[in-house]
Amino acid sequence: MFRYTLNKVALTIPTLIGVTIVAFAFIRLLPGDPILLLAGERGVTEERYTQLAAQFGFDQPLWQQYLIFMGNLLQGDLGNSFVTKQPVLTEFLARFPATLELSIFAMLLALIVGLPAGVIAAVRRGTFFDHTLMTVSLTGYSMPIFWWGLLLIILFSSILGWTPVSGRISVMYFFDMPTGLMTIDALFSGDKGAFRSALSHLILPSIALGTIPMAVIARQTRSAILEVLGEDYIRTARAKGISAWRIVGLHALRNALITVVTVIGLQVGVLFAGAILTETIFAWPGIGKWMIDSIYRRDYQVVQGGLILIAGIVMIVNLIVDFLYGLINPRIRHTRG
Amino acid sequence: MSTATTTSDIGGSPRTRAIAEFWHYFSENKGAVVGLCFVGIVICCAIFAPLIAPYSPEEQFRDYFLVPPVWEDGGSSMFLLGTDAVGRDILSRLIYGARYSLAAGCVIIALTLTSGIGLGLTAGYVRGWFEVLVMRLMDIILSVPSLLLALVLVTVLGPGLFSAIVAIAVTYVPHFVRLTRAQVISEAQRDYVTASRVAGAGTLRLMVIAILPNCMAPLIVQATMSFSTSILDVAALGFLGVGAQPPTPEWGRMLAEAREFITRAWWVVTFPGLAILLTVLAINLMGDGLRDALDPKMKRS
Repeated sequence: MFRYTLNKVALTIPTLIGVTIVAFAFIRLLPGDPILLLAGERGVTEERYTQLAAQFGFDQPLWQQYLIFMGNLLQGDLGNSFVTKQPVLTEFLARFPATLELSIFAMLLALIVGLPAGVIAAVRRGTFFDHTLMTVSLTGYSMPIFWWGLLLIILFSSILGWTPVSGRISVMYFFDMPTGLMTIDALFSGDKGAFRSALSHLILPSIALGTIPMAVIARQTRSAILEVLGEDYIRTARAKGISAWRIVGLHALRNALITVVTVIGLQVGVLFAGAILTETIFAWPGIGKWMIDSIYRRDYQVVQGGLILIAGIVMIVNLIVDFLYGLINPRIRHTRG
Repeated sequence: MSTATTTSDIGGSPRTRAIAEFWHYFSENKGAVVGLCFVGIVICCAIFAPLIAPYSPEEQFRDYFLVPPVWEDGGSSMFLLGTDAVGRDILSRLIYGARYSLAAGCVIIALTLTSGIGLGLTAGYVRGWFEVLVMRLMDIILSVPSLLLALVLVTVLGPGLFSAIVAIAVTYVPHFVRLTRAQVISEAQRDYVTASRVAGAGTLRLMVIAILPNCMAPLIVQATMSFSTSILDVAALGFLGVGAQPPTPEWGRMLAEAREFITRAWWVVTFPGLAILLTVLAINLMGDGLRDALDPKMKRS
């Protein structure tokens, strides 16, 4: 197991270095002078230009520029935003909890609905429920989530008036945010109104973001369980007179879990991609909106840093998934990887 | 269909029988047939747009801003699905929009299939350092969320439909490379490959004529699925304003322009999205049927 994990970690490092090269190349590949791009819209004086060139090492050969870049990176310095002048890392950390909270809720929603739905569809294979679920989940899978989000706003915010249109919480609430997760902090502040407000802001974005993972989880769970149900040991268990539901609970679910964990891991990247769209629609102040706003504002230092940070997070999550995968699947644990 | 001819090549059985068999499995899946019909309609719309569409997609009727669809109060029989904020007929724009979505999807799939198969086939056949290099490169592409990577690439290439197409194609390549490579590695050990090598087949012949056709079935399924995702992604980039530029009647772009009217005019938001959803759904249904018909092993799970 140790060896398996170590192997996976070792494989991640070249990929991570590759991502830094991509991010490094990004600013230098942009059309136009990278220094003028980094300086922002206002333009620079001759003196400032040479100063900036020296600061970013643009007067050095390319490989030295990369070494400077990597040196800074390893010290946690991703440069400063040219709009806010704040360090990129600080800006990222300020917004990350918002995306994390949204992603957790979206994933929980996807799991709570998708997992049981997939199990029921597999056990009741060929029934009306099964067919309906398959159709609904394929529709969910085909959903343009930016449109889905707008529809949810039209229905629940404009017509029914149940939920707020955008943001994380009403402006009237103030409380300390030690965790950065609005719902949890609101709960600890003891202000029930604040908690309710935070939760109601979270519902629509979570549905929008959770729809595709939900559809994928439901479909994959269904086929994973169907596959397990076809195995010999299940037939033996059936022959011994154990009920279908008990078999699912005891045997099938546990084996199907391997597939489900993999799917969840794969969905993390999907969640980040979806967060860009969902956060844009709901004005959710997270990483996705931060990235797209930075692209609009030509704040390329932020885009560069964000790219590395997001790719890093996705890789770490994939590592954790691989680790869990090894834990639940003994076949992988014992092979020398 | 071209896919059917491919299957006959694989099976080695008489072509007509293979097509009949393919159609037998495909048509068993009712959803797939419905999907195929709908995709056919969309393709017709795209090809014959100037004949079908009542107006030009860019024609502005200055007396008819935000006219609701014909069945709503205040709707006009001139505009079946209503007009947008500058008085353009939504139905005409949707019909013309099918051209952009389908063409973009086709180009993306053509780009990814050729580069993905090329890299995957070579990596799986040559192995060694080339394989390691290619697979690590693919890992790098996969480690960045696809939409984010596409956005960054579009920033470098400059906004526009063509940039969006290239950017999205890049994010899809790894899936095809991995799939092809895995297939090639398992196929290369089969006896028929050894047989043709003994018979004197050269490297290129082995790769392209012996191995490749036997790897096609999963690639075709993956291509269909990617085709639908590519339509979604093109629309997403259009929606974010970095894909197709105005006044192009691209569906995602139409949604972006409609955003500010969501409380006042539901139809400008609803129809473009519905067009995207139905097209993507139809292609996915078709893809399910294709998988059943092409890969009997993983059928109807």
